[in-house]
Order: sequence, then C-alpha cells, then structure tokens
Amino acid sequence: MSSSNPLRDPADRRLPRIAGPSGLVIFGVTGDLSRKKLMPAVYDLANRGLLPPGFSLVGFARREWAHEDFAQEVHDAVKEHARTPFREEVWQQLIQGMRFVQGTFDDDDAFERLRSTIEELDKAQGTGGNFAFYLSVPPKSFPVVIQQLKKHQLADQTGGSWRRAVIEKPFGHDLKSAEELNKVVHEVFAPDQVFRIDHYLGKETVQNILALRFANTMFEPIWNRSLVDHVQITMAEDIGIGGRAGYYDGIGAARDVIQNHLLQLLALTAMEEPSSFDADALAAEKTKVLGAVKLPKDLGRDTVRAQYTAGWQGGTKVRGYLEEDGINASSKTDTYAAIKLEIDNRRWAGVPFYLRTGKRLGRRVTEIAVVFQRAPHSPFDSTATEELGSNAIVIRVQPDEGVTVRFGSKVPGTSMEIRDVSMDFAYGESFTESSPEAYERLILDVLLGDSNLFPRTEEVELSWKILDPIEEYWDKNGKPAQYPAGTWGPVEADEMLERHGRSWRRP
Amino acid sequence: MKTDLTDTTASKVNKALVQGRRAIGTPAVGMVLTLVIVTDEENAYDALKAASDAAHEHPSRTLVVIKRVSRSPRDRTQSRLDAEVRVGADAGTGETVVLRLYGEVADHAQSVVLPLLLPDAPVVVWWPVNAPLDPANDPLGALAQRRVTDTYASEQPVRDLATRSGTYTPGDTDLSWTRITPWRSMLAAALDQVACEVRAVEVEGEEFNPSCELLAMWLADRLDVPVKRSLSSGPGLTAVRMDTNCGPIKLDRADGSLATLSIEGQPDRAVALKRRETAELMAEELRRLDPDDTYASALRYGVDRLKSASSVPSVPSVPSVPKSEGRAGLALPAPAEAAAKAPAAEATAQAPVRREPPKLEPVRKATK
Repeated sequence: MSSSNPLRDPADRRLPRIAGPSGLVIFGVTGDLSRKKLMPAVYDLANRGLLPPGFSLVGFARREWAHEDFAQEVHDAVKEHARTPFREEVWQQLIQGMRFVQGTFDDDDAFERLRSTIEELDKAQGTGGNFAFYLSVPPKSFPVVIQQLKKHQLADQTGGSWRRAVIEKPFGHDLKSAEELNKVVHEVFAPDQVFRIDHYLGKETVQNILALRFANTMFEPIWNRSLVDHVQITMAEDIGIGGRAGYYDGIGAARDVIQNHLLQLLALTAMEEPSSFDADALAAEKTKVLGAVKLPKDLGRDTVRAQYTAGWQGGTKVRGYLEEDGINASSKTDTYAAIKLEIDNRRWAGVPFYLRTGKRLGRRVTEIAVVFQRAPHSPFDSTATEELGSNAIVIRVQPDEGVTVRFGSKVPGTSMEIRDVSMDFAYGESFTESSPEAYERLILDVLLGDSNLFPRTEEVELSWKILDPIEEYWDKNGKPAQYPAGTWGPVEADEMLERHGRSWRRP
Repeated sequence: MKTDLTDTTASKVNKALVQGRRAIGTPAVGMVLTLVIVTDEENAYDALKAASDAAHEHPSRTLVVIKRVSRSPRDRTQSRLDAEVRVGADAGTGETVVLRLYGEVADHAQSVVLPLLLPDAPVVVWWPVNAPLDPANDPLGALAQRRVTDTYASEQPVRDLATRSGTYTPGDTDLSWTRITPWRSMLAAALDQVACEVRAVEVEGEEFNPSCELLAMWLADRLDVPVKRSLSSGPGLTAVRMDTNCGPIKLDRADGSLATLSIEGQPDRAVALKRRETAELMAEELRRLDPDDTYASALRYGVDRLKSASSVPSVPSVPSVPKSEGRAGLALPAPAEAAAKAPAAEATAQAPVRREPPKLEPVRKATK
C-alpha cells in the first residue's frame, strides 16, 4: 500500500483499513472450519466493505467440483453461517473472484493448475500476486502442502508482492514436533509471513484484556502480588469429542487447549505493559512472561487430569469418554486437565495461576478470574461478613462477553450484613450485534500483514516447554481421574485447590 | 414496560425510569450514551425506529423531543409536558423516553432534557429534520458533545452546507457525510492500487443531494485539484471520475447498490456500494464521539469553490455548460461569489449566502 495516498489520513478515522489487492487460497475447503467459519468470515468482511475490489477466493480440495459448484457451496455456507445479512450485490462482487482447483495434496498437476489459476486471477481480478494460503488441513498433510507450494514456486514473492501461510493449531504435539514443523514451514515461508491462528486472540474480549489493563488507571495498581490472591483461567466445553476421536485420542485436553489458548490468555493477563501496541513489542512481553513461568515442584499434587464418564449433561444422557466411538477402552487421554503454574517475577512471585479445561463440563464458558486477597482487617464482626467472598474481577471471554467485578455490599434492611454483589459490563447488551467474529478480524489481519494477534514461533515453543514436563509426568505416573459428564470436573481438582484454602469458581 | 405520564415534569420522568428498571429487575444497564432526538410528530416514528436499531450496537438512553405545534393563541400560553417512558423489552436495548412539549415549554426543551441525561455518559443530539443552522449554539445542541444534522432532509442543502461551514464547531457532523464513508473508503482503496497523480476529479450525482458536494469537497481538499460537480438523475451519487497521469480511474454506480471500479490497465471490478439505512448511518455516527476533523476540513473547503472548478476543461464529458453555469450563477450574487473564491475567506464568505436564501429557490427550479 502506498503511504503517499493523499486520500489516506490518520485523522480520518471513519475510513476502515481495507486490505490491499489480494486473494485467499483455502486448502481443505470442504472441511467444517472452512464452511462454518472461513467462508462466512470472508463474506462478512466483504459486506463490511473491508475487502479490496477484486478480492479472490480459491478453494482447493479433492472433490470433483466446477467453479460454479464451489460458488454454490460458499453461497450456502454464507447463507447459513454469516453474521451479517445476505446482500446480493456483495455476493456479486465476491463471486467474480471465486475459483476452485480440484486435486489431492500430492498431485503435481493440481498445484500447476493452482498456479495458473493465480496467474489468471492476477490478470482478471488485479490481485497483484498477493496471496495467502490458508492450510485448513490435518497436521500430517502440513509438510506435503508446504513442500508442494515451494516446488511449484507458489511461495515465491516476486516484484513486491507477498505470499503468506496461515496455519491452524495444533502446532505440533510437543516441543520436538513443534520445532520440526516450524522448520518445515520456515524453510518455505519467511517467519514474518507465517500466521498461526489462535482464534481466541481474535476475540474482542481478549483484545479488551489489553485495553482494560493498559488504558485504565484503576486496574493496573492492584494487578500484582500485593493484592491478588490467585488467578483462575477456565475454558470449559459442554460437548464431548464428537467425531474427532481420531485426532483427539492421544492428544488430550492439555495439548489441545492449555498449550495454546490458555497459555496465551495467561500471557495477556500477566504480562507487563508493552512499549507500544505493535507486533514486536507485544511478542516481546508475552515471550518474557511465558519464559518466567515456573512449574510446580510436585507435579502429582498440583496437576490433575481426568476423563469424563457416562452421565447426564444438560438433560441429555451421554456416553463416557472410553465408550465413545473410536476410543480405545484403555486410553489414558485426558479430557480434563487442571494445572497450577507460578510466574517468577517481581509482579507475580507466589501468586498461583490455575488453568483448567475440559470437555463435557457444566456449560460452555471461557473466563479469566482474578481473585483478590481478603481485607487484612475487618471492622465488622464475623457474622456480618460470613457471606462475603473474595473480591474478584472476571473477564468473560465467551459466551456473554464482558467483565464482572464482584465485591461486598450491605444487604438492605439488615443491621449490618455484607454479601457479594456483582457489577457487570456486558458486551452482550450492546456491541455483540456487530462485533466481528474472531476469524473476520484474523483473516483481515493476515491480508493486511498485521501480526499483532498471532502467536509467534518462540511463544509456541515456550508453551511446549511448559507443558512437556507435565505430559511426561502424566505419561509415566498413574492414570486419569474420572468425573461424571455434566459436572465441573473431578474431586481431585477440587482437592488440589482446597489444600491451599481456595476453591474453583463456578463459572 | 411502558408508563404514560401526562402534564408531568422531568423529575417525575426520572422516577418512572427508576421504577421501570426496578420492576423488570435490571437496576443497572450498560448504557454508553444519551441520544436526544429532536423532531416533529411526523418524523418521530422513523427516527425512533432507526435509533433503536442503532442502539443494538450502542445501548443508550434515547430521549425523543417532540415539539408540538400550538394552533391557537390560548394553546400557546398554556404549557404542558407529556412523557412516555419505555424500559425493558419495549425499548429494545436501553431506555426510551418520548417527550411531547406543548406551548411555551417547547422553547425551553433543554430544561426538560438536562435532568434526564445519563450521568457522565456522552450526549448526542440528532435532528432528523429542521436542524438549526448553528447546531452548537442551539440550546439543546449546547448540551451535547456531538451534534448530528442531516442536510439531505433540508430544503436547500447546498445553502445549509455553506452556512454550516461558517458555524462549524468541533463535534458537529452530518449524516450526508456519513453516507459517503463507503465511497471514500473505496476511492482511497483505488488510489492504494496505483501510484498515480490525480489531476482533476468529477463527482456526479442527483441534484439536492449534499453528499455529492461533501464528497467533492473532501476530494478537492485532500487532492488539491479542481473538482467538478455534475448532475445525474441518481439514485444518490452515481459516479466519481478521477483523471490521473496514468489514465482515468472511474467508480460508477448506476443502480444504487453495485458499482464498477475501472482503473486504466486493470480489469474492471464489481464492488458493493449499497445505499445504507438510517439505522446503519446512526450506528456509524455513534461509533466515534470525538470531533471529526476530516469532515471539518472538507466542509471548510467551501461549497462555492466547487462551482468555480466547473470551468476547468481537463475533465471531458457531462454536463452541459449552460447547466453548470446556471448553477454557479444562481447560488451567489456577484459580489459574494468573488469573496467566496478567495480561499482565505472561506468561513466568512458564507455570510452573504445566508442573507439571500429567498433568491435561490425559483432560479434553481428553472435550471432543473
């Protein structure tokens, strides 16, 4: 983009950031993610006027489709899943740049066809050679696709154009595999052209953590070990593993969720103020705090993993993990994981961070709860404050995005009785109506080349360094605890907190 | 929940709001601003509907101020305030109070509105019709951080634009300006794609549509080139043609929804440029409450300088010479025109225009 454009003015804040001339190639375009998230996100972006004129969308998959079939598929996906209303004129704009390339990942002809499609689009749509390759493919196909892109010169940036790779989790299953994967990708794409999608970071609430902490004065002074007792970061799902047995078994909750989403949330909650809001400064702070994470001494006492057993989840009878289709009856894979971490720096020394995640829990919720210490002295007698819990600031990431502050208040009419009340800021009341989906934001950022919200190689590797010893310990010692589906996890997890006089929040 | 109050006062309205909230069990809601809509009975329904749609994005307390017409001398001496308080499901998100002012109190609407403003939260005043020419000095406008007018609904849009550039106060904005954000955004995107120097511009659109003038002034202000405003039968804006040193760039929207972007040496591309609903415009307007400097700068460029640009020959094609000359001639009496052409006198040059409004209407009709 030329910075000399006289119509661009930083003070003109109505003008949105529109991506420059570009196109998006989706591998694995017939998959669920592509249908439910990516295609609708592309449409929503177009509808909001954020895509450049001539934006092109290329699908690559094995299915025998003509361009029209592909367009029809996108049409259906958009109608069903898009956030914004369907508008014919937006669709007409998009459809002109839609192409489909049929082939398998090892098919050289198909990649040649992809290359000629891209060249044709440059001519017909003016995409200027700028393409992002979205790899919505199983992990084992990663190296093949990346190598094919290299072999057919699809990753070559010529004459000022760019080629970017977008990859989804999992970024490996341990440090070693992550390093290998990074090597494969970086051999073909420069590190700053690789975008790792952690869709949590695209959520407005997660970006709001930074706004809450660093744009305000009232939170930062209490955001440290002198006042914070502990932090709980929870991501709970009410669903089971569904049809993902093949992927999930052997991976488990900790690798699937803690390694990426929860450690990223931890980094944003605990990091120091970045010197600016650009990608490098943010990554530097996140890396620093992830590097300072300390594992508990006794992994047996301060970590818990578990599997759900048959039970009732929200009024439906559901099977236990070991009875799910395609799961080995002796599987040791965790569907629930809770770990305690500490951060070795001046701000957080001695403050435990409890991370938990699980499937088939009470309800679907993700939140960060910063729980404060009790008042060191209370002028009220103990009966007055019997019902008073700890003060807390809860950042609700999903659903019902918002922030809750919990504190004590006098119950009206009593002589003096103090009870917890909460004060709510809900995005849900207001901004949700038009707050963009995470994928919209992230796809736009990829096209703009803005890597603020994407974890970098170092962050991924540091996260594995945190998780690997825990996984190793679990592998060698004992077996998963059990919890009935539809509850908030195993009693072992409750005991883990009780030992320190704390308890899990019911989110 | 809906409460009707007849012959009431602001403090009774406040009480009804609190009671309403208690009754539905949401004592605290995250309202981010107070939106005051000043309108007449005829336009109140549409305006309120647009505001409550926009409130999905910006939960607000909406105060609709309806000044009722008094039809007899006795009516005029009597003064009465009726209020309709809507809380909860009836108000969408947030709260709505419809205030009907009869008689003398209609001239003191600010005394009713002031006690009903949300504490601390910003205030936005919106006049869907009959906006004052100097919004910041209007008694209601003075309460607000942001004053939204709509020259599109005005009898003499071009005259209003000229006047408002003189009275502009930070916080003023106009829905005609909001309407062209997609155009501006697409034109900026078009210039992102080429490294060319623009030499002249032509903005084409229907008559009496101030968005065309605003777009033309913005382009003239940013690009510092002559901009010609030409007429078409609409709907709305129909085309922008930029003459650059590497060929023409054209954004053409004949049907009000799908436009074509043509750049020399590049394939034609379809872009969606739908005309938007008032609710969407208001939602955009409420998104930022800081002064819009770009609007100020475009407005201050001066609507008269557009006409003087129409004699520049560099842009060929439409419209016929007599038409444009006719427009230039009609808008300003000769002395004022000379004054307006002096760039330094932009702001003050508008004064003569304001004094001459009666002359404008008949002449313009003749040129149609």
